[in-house]
Amino acid sequence: MSWVTKNLSSSLGRKLIMAVTGLSLVAFLVVHCGINACIFVNDGGETFNAAAEFMAKNFFIRAAEFGLFAGLLLHIIDGLVLWSANSKKRPVKYAVVSKTNSTWYSRSMGLLGTLLLIFLVLHLKHFWVVSRFTDHITSGEETLFQEMKETFQYLWVVIVYVVGCISLSYHLLHGFQSAFQSLGWNHPKYTPFVKSFGAGFAIIVPLVFAAMPVAIYLGFIQ
Amino acid sequence: MEGNMNLTLKVWRQKNANTEGNFETYDVTGISEDMSFLEMFDVLNERLINDGKEPIAFDHDCREGICGMCSMYINGSPHGPKRGVTTCQLHMRSFQSGETITVEPWRASAFPVVKDLVVNRSSFDRIIAAGGFVSVNTGNAQDANALPIPKENADDAFAAAACIGCGACVAACKNASAMLFTSAKISQLSLLPQGQAERLIRAEKMVAQMDAEGFGACTNTGACEAECPKEISLENIARMNREYFGAVVSSKG
Repeated sequence: MSWVTKNLSSSLGRKLIMAVTGLSLVAFLVVHCGINACIFVNDGGETFNAAAEFMAKNFFIRAAEFGLFAGLLLHIIDGLVLWSANSKKRPVKYAVVSKTNSTWYSRSMGLLGTLLLIFLVLHLKHFWVVSRFTDHITSGEETLFQEMKETFQYLWVVIVYVVGCISLSYHLLHGFQSAFQSLGWNHPKYTPFVKSFGAGFAIIVPLVFAAMPVAIYLGFIQ
Repeated sequence: MEGNMNLTLKVWRQKNANTEGNFETYDVTGISEDMSFLEMFDVLNERLINDGKEPIAFDHDCREGICGMCSMYINGSPHGPKRGVTTCQLHMRSFQSGETITVEPWRASAFPVVKDLVVNRSSFDRIIAAGGFVSVNTGNAQDANALPIPKENADDAFAAAACIGCGACVAACKNASAMLFTSAKISQLSLLPQGQAERLIRAEKMVAQMDAEGFGACTNTGACEAECPKEISLENIARMNREYFGAVVSSKG
């Protein structure tokens, strides 16, 4: 093994991978949330469709998409490897465990990530597969905005999306500041900002995302 | 020292590392609230001996919170419900009469049970031996101020050096991770001039040994910091991460 693979597969190296990929996924969320929030302009999807078309046709965005999926895959695989390795470190479990020394969501990152993954499969099937691998959108038969309105007319879909957003919120609530700690970024000047910014991000971004299916289902978006 | 507390103890009994253990229940009566948790165990053990039974094996030494030997997992917390104290400094007034108290050994594959509540923590010794030392000859004591050390660094190094290596961090962590211990040992040396000579190899070697011993990775839940009797800060783990990645990219080995 070279020094790179040796150190990246150590306990600290694996955490570094989680932090770097996690933060790049956070960067993606900003773009994704910003573009989708264009539906709240409520102009019949005109602004949103224009933004979506720019994203679909821009060469650099399409190239970055490969990076995004590589990062996502790495985050999932590395997370599963860590979860599997960590779960073997205490073969005999405690009979009594106090739960006051840490938050439930910080102890449940694997579970929250799995919930997110299940949501993501459905979410990709709804929009990404339709726009990339069928000519449903590209042929001009339908706009992405119309696709969104169709998808969110079912209550069960809206519920799954809202649950997905709640999982995302708790995942980010721990993950955002945890990524900085894993990168060694712990400093009296910046850590309080990272923690409060991360908490704000973890609440606001999933809230905006969750508002989309809910608003469409309730007919607020025309 | 007689008292009026009556307790029910559920204690993990295990003959040795090769046998399976189980909980035994003991009624302990007449306990004083001024006793330490270990003194309560002394009373129980004397009674067990008088009854011709095997006393409960547990680790202890200084009984003043500085040696790091005591290691009881009490009611789901290492060193019991109080923050910032070891088991020997935990007094029975922290409990209610009539309470049932469950006492378990530290649980981690890197801390195998020796007997009852005693676990083998030599994996910590091997992490120290891998790099937690200074091999330059420091000679006689220097004149004061001959080695200028900023007050902040001295304070941080001292705070990290307060780690008594009891293993409560491992016991508290959901991954049985030894990051808080290892990072405290790396920090106390990396912050001082004497620790600079081996700085580039220390973090790499100690982390490699920590992984080899079978400790888990860090999820940054902060349970270790919350349960640490010496209140070692999570900042040390961040410093270890910096030391490690800095060493990985710049060491020549």
